Parts: sequence; C-alpha cells; structure tokens
Amino acid sequence: MNNQRSLFFNVDWMIVVTFLALCIIGWFNIHAAVYNAEKPSIFNLDTNYGKQLLFIVSALVLGFIILLLDSKFFNAISPILYGITALLLVLVLIIGRNVGGNQAWIPIGSFRLQPSEFAKFATCLLLARYLSSNNIKIQDTQTKIVSGIILLIPMGLIMLQPDAGSALTFTSLIFVLYREGLSGYFLIIEGLSILLFVLTVLYSKFYVLAGVISLAILLIYLFRKNRQSVIKIGLLLLFSICFTFSVDFAYNHVLKAHQKDRIDVILGKINDPKGLGYNLNQSKIAIGSGGLWGKGYLKGTQTKYDFVPEQSTDFIFCTIGEEWGFAGCFVVIGLYVFLLIRIIIIAERQRSSFTRIYGYGVASIIFFHFFINIGMTIGLIPVIGIPLPFISYGGSSLWSFTILLFILLKLDSNRMGII
Amino acid sequence: MNSFFARKFVVQAVFIAIALILLIRLFYIQLVSDKYILSANNNVLRKVIIYPARGVILDRKEKILVQNEPVYDLMVIPHEVKQFDTLEFCKLLGLDKKGVDIRLKKAVVYSPFKSSIFEKQLSTQTYARFQERLFQFPGFFILNRTVRRYPDSTAAQFLGYIGEVNDRAIEKSNGFYHQGDYIGISGVESSYEELLRGQRGVQNVMVDAFQRPKGHYADGKYDTLAVSGERLISSLDKDLQKLGEQLMQNKVGSIVAIEPSTGEILAFVSSPGYDPNLMVGRQRGNNYMQFQNDPNKPMFIRPIQAEYPPGSIFKIINALVAQQFGLADSSTTYNCTGGYHYGGRGFMACTHVHGTLNLAQSIERSCNTYYGYTYNRMIDHAGMRPVEAYKRWRQAVANFGIGSKLNIDLPGERKGLLPTDQLYTKRWGNDTWGSGFNISLSIGQGELGITPLQMANVMAIVANRGFFYKPHLIKAIGEKKIVKEEYTKRNFAGIDAQYFNAVIEGMSGVVNKPNGTAIFSRINGIEMCGKTGTVQNPHGKNHSVFVAFAPRINPKIAIAVVVENAGFGATWSAPIASLLVEKYLTNTISRPKYYVDRLINANLLPIVPTKVNPFINPKLDSTKNIIGNKTKTKINTADE
Repeated sequence: MNNQRSLFFNVDWMIVVTFLALCIIGWFNIHAAVYNAEKPSIFNLDTNYGKQLLFIVSALVLGFIILLLDSKFFNAISPILYGITALLLVLVLIIGRNVGGNQAWIPIGSFRLQPSEFAKFATCLLLARYLSSNNIKIQDTQTKIVSGIILLIPMGLIMLQPDAGSALTFTSLIFVLYREGLSGYFLIIEGLSILLFVLTVLYSKFYVLAGVISLAILLIYLFRKNRQSVIKIGLLLLFSICFTFSVDFAYNHVLKAHQKDRIDVILGKINDPKGLGYNLNQSKIAIGSGGLWGKGYLKGTQTKYDFVPEQSTDFIFCTIGEEWGFAGCFVVIGLYVFLLIRIIIIAERQRSSFTRIYGYGVASIIFFHFFINIGMTIGLIPVIGIPLPFISYGGSSLWSFTILLFILLKLDSNRMGII
Repeated sequence: MNSFFARKFVVQAVFIAIALILLIRLFYIQLVSDKYILSANNNVLRKVIIYPARGVILDRKEKILVQNEPVYDLMVIPHEVKQFDTLEFCKLLGLDKKGVDIRLKKAVVYSPFKSSIFEKQLSTQTYARFQERLFQFPGFFILNRTVRRYPDSTAAQFLGYIGEVNDRAIEKSNGFYHQGDYIGISGVESSYEELLRGQRGVQNVMVDAFQRPKGHYADGKYDTLAVSGERLISSLDKDLQKLGEQLMQNKVGSIVAIEPSTGEILAFVSSPGYDPNLMVGRQRGNNYMQFQNDPNKPMFIRPIQAEYPPGSIFKIINALVAQQFGLADSSTTYNCTGGYHYGGRGFMACTHVHGTLNLAQSIERSCNTYYGYTYNRMIDHAGMRPVEAYKRWRQAVANFGIGSKLNIDLPGERKGLLPTDQLYTKRWGNDTWGSGFNISLSIGQGELGITPLQMANVMAIVANRGFFYKPHLIKAIGEKKIVKEEYTKRNFAGIDAQYFNAVIEGMSGVVNKPNGTAIFSRINGIEMCGKTGTVQNPHGKNHSVFVAFAPRINPKIAIAVVVENAGFGATWSAPIASLLVEKYLTNTISRPKYYVDRLINANLLPIVPTKVNPFINPKLDSTKNIIGNKTKTKINTADE
C-alpha cells in the first residue's frame, strides 16, 4: 500500500496532465474532422472518434500497467522486445496488409497493428541499454558502429514496406548520441546536409558549388592563422562538394518520379495546386483560413468537406488550425514544447544513465514527429506520412507513444531507487 | 552526470527554435496572408443561380400567347459515374454507344467533378422512361429548366424568340448575363428583355471536395430570391391574329391592324411565318438554318421591314395634303381622258377614261389623271419655286409617319423611303425640275418605300381625322397594367379634320358604291372605308395592297393588307381585310364558306427558280430596300 502511494506520488504529474491534454485535444479534433451533422452521436464505435475514445481509454490502462511493472524489467526485456519487433517487421512484409502502397499493418480482428510504431520504443530501450552498459563510450568507433546497427535494422525493415516517414524517425536519435558525447560535427554535418540538399535540388549544382567554395575561401582567409580551423573548413568543403554531387546524382537518377515530385512541390519547383501539391495546398488553405481565433468547433469547412485528405490521421493539425486558429495552434505547439523540455529535465535528473538515454530517445522521437507532422501540414517539409503524437487518430501510434512516455514515467518514479 | 551535461541546452535550444519556426510560419499563413482565406471560400462556396421564370405574354383579352414549360436536361458528374448498362442507357435515350462516349469525354474535359449537360431538353416521354431507371446510372441526374411554349403557335414574328446569350451581350450587360443564360433575340422577347427576364436569385451553397452540396452558407443570410419576369399584355387579338395568319398562308405579305383610338396593334401577320415552337428546343439550330435558307424568308418581319411603293393608296395622302395647302377642295374637278400629259411628251396612263371627277370620286375610282393634275398644282403652281414646293409637300407627307421610323416596340423596324429634293436635284443636275420629273409620286409609285405598318398607321390617322397614337404591341406591363406614357400622346399629322370628309366619302365609295374598286369586299351592316392599291413589281407579278378602316363612324380598326405577287388590290388584299374587319367588329364571318376557303387555300407563293441558289438571288423584292423604278417616262400604272 505504502509502495503504491509512493509510486503515484513520484510520477511526474505535469507530464501526465500534458499527455491527457493532448489526447483530449486529439479526440475533439478527430470528432470535428469526421463530424457528420446527420449522425451526431459521440460514442459510436463505427466512427473514428468513437474508436479513438476506446484507444485513449486502453492507452490509459496500458500506461497504468506500465507504472505497476518493475522498472528493472524494461532494461532486462529490451533485447527481447527489440527482437520481437524486428520479427514483426519481417512478418509484416510477408503477411501484412497493404494500405495506400505501404505494407505496414498486421490485421488482428477488426484492428490493424502497425509494428513500425512499436519499433520506436523498442529501439530506444535497446539503444539506452547498450549505451549505458559499462565501458561503452560513444567516442569509440565500435560503439558508433553498434549504435548504428541498432538503429539501421528497424530503419531498413521499415524502408522495405516502404514507409520512409517512419524510417526517418530513427534519424532523430542522433540527439541521443549527441547528448552522450557524439561530436557536434555530426549535428553540423546533418544540418549542412539538409541545407545543401535543398539548395542542390532547387538550383543548379554548379551554383551551389561556387557558393560553397567561395564561402570556404573566405573562411580560410579569415582563419588563416589557425591551422586547425583551416583543416576543418577544408574537410567540410570536401564533404560539401561530394555531398552536392551525390545529391544531384541521387535526385536525378535514383529517386522515383513520385518522390521527386513530392520534393519539387515542397520546394516550389512545381506549382500545380490541383495535382501533386493538392494535399499540401488544401492543408495550407485549411490552416490559413483559420485566422487568429479559428472558425469555431465543428465549423471548419475545409476539413469537414473532405478537401483535406487524411484529416483525422496525418493531417489532423489542419482541423486544429482551421477551427481554433493561430491561438489553438499556439496552445498545441506550446504543449509539445513544454512536454519536450520537461522530458529533457526529467532525463537530466536521473542518476541512471539508462533512464537518461532513454529519456532523450523519447524526446527525440516525439520531437521528430511533432516537427515533421506540423511542418508538413504548413508546407515547410515534404509530405511525409507520420502521425502527430497523442493527437492523430490511430490505436498503434497512440499506444506506442503512450508506452514510450509511460516507461519513462515509470523509470523516473524510481529514480531514487537503486540503479 | 557526465561531462556532456551542457549539451542539454543545445538540444532544448533546437526544440524551441523549431517550435518558433513553426509558429512564425503559422503566423504568416494564418494572420498575415489572406490568400488562404480566399482559397478556402473558393473551395467551399458555390453561387447557385436561381433562374426566374420569364415573363408571360398575353393577348389583349389576356389569353396566353407565350408561357413557360418545364424541360429536362440530363446532367452528368463524370467522377460519380460508375459502370452501367450502356445498352440499356442508349436504348432509353435513343443514343448510340459512340454518342455516349463522346458526351462523357466532353463532360470529363469540362470537369470530372462538376456537373455538365449530358443531353439537352429530353422529351417528356424520354424523361418519364429514364426517370424510372435513373438509380441504375449513378452520376447522372435530371435538371429541370423551363423553355418558352406557344400554345397557339401564333404570332412568331411579333413574339420573337430567345436564345443563349453571346459573348458581346455578356460583356455589355455589366455582369448580368452569364454563359448559358437566355436572352430575347428578336421581337417582343428582345425589346422587352429587361422586363421579361426578371431578377436572378443567388444561393450561396457550401460544397464538399466532391462538389456535393452541404447546405447554405451562413444559413442563407446572403441568399436572394429569384423575381419572376413581368407579365406583358400585348395589344394583339389572338383570334384575329390567327385568322389573319390562316388567310395569309401560302402567300407572301403582311397584315397590320391598329385600333385607331389607342394605337394598339390588333394583328401583326408576317407571311410566310413559322411555328414559334420550332425556335425552342433541341431542333432549334436546324430549324433556324432552314428558315434562313427558305427563299420566302420567314424570318423577315415584313410588317416593319418590307418596304413597298404604296401605289394608289398614296392618293389619300395627296388628296389630304392638297386640301391642307388650299390647292384643292371637295369640289375640285378634273377631266380624265384616260391619262395625264406632262412636260411635253410625258404621259401617265389611267386605267379608264373616267371623265369629270370630283375629289371623292377620284378616290373611289382611283383616277391617276386626277392626281397628276393635283400633284402638278402642289409642285408647279403653289406660288413658289417647285423645289421649295416639293420640300413643303415632302414635309406634309412625312407628318404621316412616312419616311421615318414609327418607333414601334419591336427591333428591326425600317424607316422606308421618302425622297428628298436633293435626290432629284442631283439626278437632274440642277434644281429647276418640276412635277413632271417625279410625277409618279402623285400615284404612290416611284422612289417611295412604305412599310405595311406605316400604311396601317396612315389609315389610323384618317380614321382619327388627323392624328395617331404611336403604334405599339405591348398594351400594359405587369400586374398593375402600366401603360407607357408615350402611347397616350396624340401625334398630329398636320391636316385639319374637315379635309378628311371628302377623302373618307371617297374611301367609303371604294367599298360601298357600285363604281368602287373594292365593291366585292363590301361587308353587310358595316360601312368600311378603304382604298385599293397595286404595287408595281419590276421583278414579277404586282403586289396587291388594301388599306381600310371601319366603321366609318367611330372607327374601331384600321388595317393594311399586302399580298405580294398577287396582282390587283381588290382581288386578294381587300377580301382578306374585309374578313378580318368583320371578324373583329362582329366576331362572325357572314361570307359563305367557299369564299373564305378560296382565300385560305390560294397559293400565291412566287415560284422559286431552282437553277440559282435561292438565298443569293431571292425573287422577292420586298426583302430589299426599294429605290423604285429608275425610268421616269415609262410608268406603267396598273391601277383599277
């Protein structure tokens, strides 16, 4: 009894409240997205919002069960979990159901299980276990390689579905590696790569190269007295040149036409509102028409009348933007930022490096979904189909995010215990 | 805690920076740019036009001449079309597979999501058959519209027709018309377009991504109702009109009947006419081309567009003008020796040797000689130079509404021809010419062009003894029966009332005296006053003309009948006029049936030469402006 009380006393209630708030916001907006004035019943299990209510309740039960488990259990079970999800990812390629071109679902009764969702926390747990074990330093090449393999197995399997969005999620775990000591240059190189990629696709590679070389010459001239800096700049320049050429090659020869089109639309190379850019354009129109205070609950026209596709899953943010306006978007983004910062604070207060690493993993994955999903709906990012955590419709994603978060809560509630 | 503790700030900074980027972007698209709000409205709002019912046109007894009838357009939304039984579908609509494919393709090209017309104006039977099976053909639906319907198939030229508005009219209308709207193209439909068309209503309907309606925007706050077009009461007497059309069948010509006391047009027959219902519906285009190619030109509105030298009926005007000038009176006599000699060797023959005639008798017997002398007095012996005298004469004739438009409420009216003195000065090289140089004007031949409407209006002036009301076809507008003010104003012809006595006496004699030229058209119990005329036709047989009003006391109807290529005025035009007058005044026809049948069944259509293309070289001179015969000395008058 005493044990129970201390358990809940130690749980970080701020996160629980934020989590519940996001779930409730999600439910209301799913209701709005599929609302039908002729059939206004709220608890209809045939509708998405009816099902989502079920998912939320079951997610809470799941979260409660996790809190009751022993915290050491997660560390111990992580290789097994990782193995099971890897198996499921292989299985889904064989017996999975193909929806919208992605073979990502295993049908179980009337529900469909999406193993890639569960791969996220399994990978996080295994990575945390590996990096927190004794004598492991991220600076070692071997550590880097093992960490890379842990990430690449689920990524590769998911890529085969092919679900690029979910696969890319795992790249966000670079934040974890960075926090654990990976050189900042990896972050810089990742940022530089994205910049070069965009510029190369947008403009001719020769312009990009000319710009990069002249910038490098300028920097070398400025730092000419510091030999080390000159070498670093030179290496970065070499990387940039190689990367630009490979992007150009990949873009023109490797990418499939539809992938190229998606990139072209987002970068404004193609202006075709009724064709390829339709989803994105409608999504921007829906959000943009919301104004400051929005059109009001259930009053959105763009989302309700099917102009926006996937409106209760990947494009749920459109409903928020249209019906609640900038104010609503501000609140939702605020909640996410609060949640992410809070997770970092929790991670940093751990004595156990396993929990800290896992916490960073949780933050990275939630952050990646939050950024990509919202960025996609407002035209900052190419259309990549990944859900908005806790808000998008879908049992697999809600459960996997709940498990992800509640394992952290459980680990955190035991932070005073023995490592 | 390890040495990389500070890196948590970097990670947090990245999170916050990204959140800020998202917020800035949201701020821009939601609060700064209004492009998205406009696009959203564009997506969702559809203006649905509610078409008003076009105004109904009634006859003077408020019987329907034109009404609206529902028709059914088959519409299609290609996106919603599913696999269907093409054979059954073709059978129901009477189309072939190819026709269906072409139509579907056309609809897809227009828009896969918007509805477009698949087949226009299904017949009621097709509609009924198709309606039962409609559920088998998803994506198709029926749209009700209205078309004009003419229950009596009468008065086509007067009513005119409507058609789809063209680009120029759309541009000119300041946004009133849209592509596919209907607009009056001719006749009353055109001249009263602004009253008949009514006011369109607009509904702001919200639609979903598949263009399915989802209710009214803002609960219909910005919607407007359609206002039906005004009801027009025309001046036509439907029964009289129909009788006139019947009598004129297989003849080329016109009938115009006017109520002298109001200027209301009682009958407006242009023959050959056509069934106005043929200018409605799916066959409209074909019918239109057929009418256009018909050598007898049914689309030509003869009462206001055909110009004829008036012939002997013009003697009435000369008799009145001469009296007004003080150059003749009821007792003026001339001796007819069978013709009129002028200018040395010129000779204008008369039909008979009439001997000594007074003014009334000269009308009664239509003596050319009398008018040769009278015209000679008016021009050469008026106490002024002949050119000046001609100008004065011309003005007096013009006061009868000749040589200018009467501005009837129909489009396409022609003004006719009344030559100016300059024409003759130019022709003869100087202005020393006199009556001998245009003596044919004395008997209404030569360079004169008068429309049947103008003829009837002259009769109205005589019936009213000196004035007329502007002839018009629409008597009253709307439920309140508003009468246009211009139609209540008397227009004076500049002839004093007393001068009409002798002329009317003579006109009465034409019909009622044994010597009168139209004695065979006498009506028992009604004193009709008339005047025959025969219009020289250099292209073929002469045109038969008769003008009249009746009864003599308190006239109720003034009428002009022109039958082209029919010879003497008394032979065809006068009997037709007399039947119409009797019908209008007594609502019966006392003449025996064979008499009426002879008129109805007579086929006086000119023979159309087959060797030349009929539209390039039409035989009918009335469709062109007539400049009269150019020879001055050889006037072959053929008056009775």
